Amino acid sequence: MKQTPAIRSIFFEFLLIGLVSFGGGIMAYERRLLLEKRKWLTNDEFMAILAMGQTMPGLNSVNLAMLSGDRIRGLAGALAAVIGLISPGVCFVLAAAVAYSQGADYPLANVFLAGVSAGATGLIASVTLRIGRPHFKRWKSVPVILATFVCMSFFKLSLVTVLLIMVPIGLWLHRPIPPELESTPENKK
Amino acid sequence: MSVLLQLALTFSMLSVLAVGGGTAVLPEMQNVLSMRFGLDRLEFVHIYSMGQLSPGPNMLMVVIFGYKIEGFLGAAVVLFSFLLPSSVLCLSVGRLWHRIGERPWRRAVQNAMEPIAIGLMCSGVYAVAQGAINGLLSVTLALTTLSLIMLTRINTMVLILGTGVLGGALMVIFGWR
Repeated sequence: MKQTPAIRSIFFEFLLIGLVSFGGGIMAYERRLLLEKRKWLTNDEFMAILAMGQTMPGLNSVNLAMLSGDRIRGLAGALAAVIGLISPGVCFVLAAAVAYSQGADYPLANVFLAGVSAGATGLIASVTLRIGRPHFKRWKSVPVILATFVCMSFFKLSLVTVLLIMVPIGLWLHRPIPPELESTPENKK
Repeated sequence: MSVLLQLALTFSMLSVLAVGGGTAVLPEMQNVLSMRFGLDRLEFVHIYSMGQLSPGPNMLMVVIFGYKIEGFLGAAVVLFSFLLPSSVLCLSVGRLWHRIGERPWRRAVQNAMEPIAIGLMCSGVYAVAQGAINGLLSVTLALTTLSLIMLTRINTMVLILGTGVLGGALMVIFGWR
């Protein structure tokens, strides 16, 4: 590999992503940075990090920045990447917080936010549909999705309780089966 | 002081439970914020929506909850307790994994977790919709946004700003809801 990237350039590259990534798609920016713009990671490394970042708790884009920073330059690289990625957004939401706490009674701000909320509902529904699409057709997934939704939204169980009920069921459904019975392509990603 | 501690505990727990990237803990976040901190559904949805307008990770809007409840100190406490626990966990497991390599049971765990995370995301949609949908206009705006995102490649930021301006104008001018 070429020379080791400077902590400074890791910070500024992720800061740039944090600044321009309005409206989502951060992971796509990160992929382009790491694989095309700077070639800091190989495709294999990136895919492994991506899977890890999505499986583990936490924000996927932050996990991805942290793990790739760590792979490039260790803990300092991880910190530089995460701080760079979140700084612009943190400044923005702080300003919004101050404005919202003072101006919550302005009728114009409220109708604007009401419109934005309606749009945001459509947005979050689209993200859920897109991520869920492959699962909405699997007999092993649909009952789990429905049961989780009902427990959470209608029985109002706490998240911990829901996980305590659903995780064992999920693990049982997906318990390892002898290979000759399980040969669907999606299981060897 | 005890409010700060409660904020820290609440958001650390949400952090560790945020499988699938934050959306999954939205319903729990909404429950806890209304029960322990007296934040109503409308405020929750307004703040969530502001996150959609911000650059970078949208879930950074949790900072606004912290500010609303306990000022700048509350904002800082929420930011750190929401990011740090999951990050420490992810980084340690990530390093361990890199050393051990792939194992078959990992696939089973991931297959088991995915539909649960999707079910939780559905609850997240439901929680946001309960605050955001209050009439024909908001339903129309939400469904239009949904179909435009699914069918075109339009930037979501432009779309969300558009629903704010258009929806807001229709509400003010015609009094539609």
